[in-house]
Amino acid sequence: MSHLMEIRDLKITFGGLDALSGLNFHVDEGEIVSVIGPNGAGKTTFFNAITGLVDPTEGDILFDGESILGLDPHQVTGLGIARTFQNVRLFPNMTVLENIMVAQHCRTSQLVLGALLQTSAFKKEEREIEERAKEVLAFFGSRLVGYRYDQPAFVLSYANRRRLEVARAMATQPRLMLLDEPVAGMNPMETAELTALIGRLRSEWGFTIVMIEHDMRVVRDVSDRVVVLDHGVPIAQGSYDEVSTNPDVVEAYLGRPAEDQA
Amino acid sequence: MSATMTSSSAPSSRSGYRAPVADQDWRNVGKWGGLCTLALVLVSLIGMPVGLDRRILIHPVLSLGYLSLLWIPLVLGFVVSRHVELEGVESPEPGGRDLLAGALTGLLGGFGMAVFIVALDTFNLRDPLVNWSPQLLELLNYGRGLGFGVVAWIAACSVLGLLGSSIHVIPAGVRRVVSYGAFGLLGIAVLEGAIADLSEGFGLQSLTDSIYANRGGVTVVWSIVLVVIIGVVSMLTRGRFKAAKANYGELQGPERKRASMILFLLVALLTIILPLFLGTIMNELLANVGLFLLLALGLNIVVGLAGILDLGYVAFFAVGGYTTAVLTSPDSPFFAPEMHFAITLVIVVVFAGLVGLIIGAPVIRMRGDYLAIVTLGFGEIIRLLFMSDWLKPYFGGAQGITNVPGVDLGFVTIKGTDPRSVFYLVLVFCALAIYISWRLQASRLGRAWMAIREDEKVAEAMGINTVNAKLLAFVVGAVLASFSGAILVAKVGSVFPNSFMILVSIIILVVVIVGGMGNIAGVLVGSFVLIGVLGGPRQPGLLHEFQSFKLLIYGALLVFMMLQRPEGLVPSARRSQELHQEEFLQDVWLKGEEHEGEEHEEELHAAEASGAEGHEGSGA
Repeated sequence: MSHLMEIRDLKITFGGLDALSGLNFHVDEGEIVSVIGPNGAGKTTFFNAITGLVDPTEGDILFDGESILGLDPHQVTGLGIARTFQNVRLFPNMTVLENIMVAQHCRTSQLVLGALLQTSAFKKEEREIEERAKEVLAFFGSRLVGYRYDQPAFVLSYANRRRLEVARAMATQPRLMLLDEPVAGMNPMETAELTALIGRLRSEWGFTIVMIEHDMRVVRDVSDRVVVLDHGVPIAQGSYDEVSTNPDVVEAYLGRPAEDQA
Repeated sequence: MSATMTSSSAPSSRSGYRAPVADQDWRNVGKWGGLCTLALVLVSLIGMPVGLDRRILIHPVLSLGYLSLLWIPLVLGFVVSRHVELEGVESPEPGGRDLLAGALTGLLGGFGMAVFIVALDTFNLRDPLVNWSPQLLELLNYGRGLGFGVVAWIAACSVLGLLGSSIHVIPAGVRRVVSYGAFGLLGIAVLEGAIADLSEGFGLQSLTDSIYANRGGVTVVWSIVLVVIIGVVSMLTRGRFKAAKANYGELQGPERKRASMILFLLVALLTIILPLFLGTIMNELLANVGLFLLLALGLNIVVGLAGILDLGYVAFFAVGGYTTAVLTSPDSPFFAPEMHFAITLVIVVVFAGLVGLIIGAPVIRMRGDYLAIVTLGFGEIIRLLFMSDWLKPYFGGAQGITNVPGVDLGFVTIKGTDPRSVFYLVLVFCALAIYISWRLQASRLGRAWMAIREDEKVAEAMGINTVNAKLLAFVVGAVLASFSGAILVAKVGSVFPNSFMILVSIIILVVVIVGGMGNIAGVLVGSFVLIGVLGGPRQPGLLHEFQSFKLLIYGALLVFMMLQRPEGLVPSARRSQELHQEEFLQDVWLKGEEHEGEEHEEELHAAEASGAEGHEGSGA
């Protein structure tokens, strides 16, 4: 059986520094996989490589059986891979609704003439874009609807921005969603809520999810499988329970016990 | 009436105490007084008073030359006594202290001016300072000797400083009437040419003849009458406009649509009918405003929407102009006598689009400052190509192409000798450009442009092909500019490479910035204020006396706008929110108390987070 995404011997070097060295990874349709690891382990670089923001030095990335190496970021998004950013990067001066509408760019096609002539195809597409945007925002309950539609994104609270970023990724209609620390900076209540939402993203929307996360409760609650990176190398893989008791992982996070060093 | 009561009594109820008159912030007064001196001397030495003395505003009291000096102590008097009001901090009631501060600032300026006059009389520094002239001395003395000049400046500046600061002290109702009267009169005096022209068209020449003196300027008697009329009218209409605007804002759905429609039709009708009553000069001016409006609308798409800082925008203006000239002038090897204007225009559009693509393709991958510099270079390259000996057989080198016949539409020929026809042609294209901007703004492409402006990398990651989208913005902008170029050439009847200097790009950019970036109404106002009143790079405006100081004023205006009102005269709601985030968020925060507690907390978070982001943004 072929995987939804498969990464083979991925190596990325930044001027002599190996951000990733020989990463093998795969994710199957409908899985939720967490990527964890200490700071600087290469997790975000891994996402950047998949979405085409960084070119790998060696290795190959297959999505749905085809190599996506060398594609531009917008092409990758077009194939069905969406992502969020670790440090929330919305379009702050666009409204909440526009943020979502613009994310459907690669699923729509109208250009200058349609807008100028107000063709029925253009109007229909605009209507659909707006409806889909509202549908996506409704996923987050009452937090991003109603009067929020027309508010610029910069007035949103931190948690709402995180939600909006997830919503924006949803609006690109992906098959695979890459979430980069989706709950970073959220309080426990908000974290619990978003954790539940991530589960629903799979069950209701059918997304396959790869998630970078530091919050171990979130990792434990939603992931089918956990991959641990350290210094650009996967050091462990498996269910949360397997990984969390793996001595290599404990070492990577907490350091070597004192008696071993001596 | 009750509104008057509350608003005028509001200052006194705001705080309980009056600061002692002698309790001055001396440093502040010294600073602004020194600034006043500097400004007065600078303006004198630039040559404004002498250069503008011929333009009389109020006959025979006030000329534009004197006004160029006298506004300084007035405004600085106003500024020095201004208080920053902070919520929750009791600030003293405006009173004697502020008046003294204003008067002292004026006095310092007056002293400075007095010393300057004496120096002017004693030394001869004409060699480095061109305007250090006897005429300046004569003007500053009011032609009555040194002693009079010294005393007069000290007195006048002090009084003006006092008047400036008294703006804070007098009740709001009075302030309103006085300011309306003063600005109204100033407007009538400045717009003399336009008003005279218009009233002539309506057959009211006798009225304007009595209002304006022979040598120009409103007569003293009429000045008083006009101020009184404007004052009374402003008192009578008080609050009406606000109420009307509020009413309009409250309209919903179809009613709103109808109101907008009526408003639009009124404006459209006015723009179509008005030129019929205007003379040649005014129509010419309007046509120029239209030409620059067309350019500014195009640049607004490139800079305001897509965020591509294109400093070589004039290139497309030039391409439009040259293509038209090459196709329609009998002097050119490509002269095609039977070609209809519409076909010419199609070719112009295709060429401009192509040049947009050719320039855009290498440039568009750059960002920020690099892009600005490179576009600047391309703008010059295009001009130099048109000027080059290499292409002289086609474009005529520095002599350009002459003999362009104008636009033959079959039933009417549009050319420069009939500026009204040019205006109507420009009007059609401006309407088209406004329509294009308006429709694109609210489309898939418009949103993509905005996203690119906000964060190019993320836009790319969200599935937008940024290179294509930016190229499209470039091409749309290029096409609009080429329209303007085509009409310009048809109007002038010739085309020269020197009409397309970098300065044109800069001025269009200033129009967009001062008017309000990313906003169609802003661009409209910007073109009228800058091109209409001050004048374009070569086109005189209403204040054609400013011709030699135009760039100075453009620059000063740009600096002032950047400091005080970066969102422009008529900002887009979005942009003004962005630039005044903190104030906006404070409002949001205050309003947040109306929502439930959880919401309230969110807004607080938002305020903090965006505050931090705002700083980041301004640093980048």
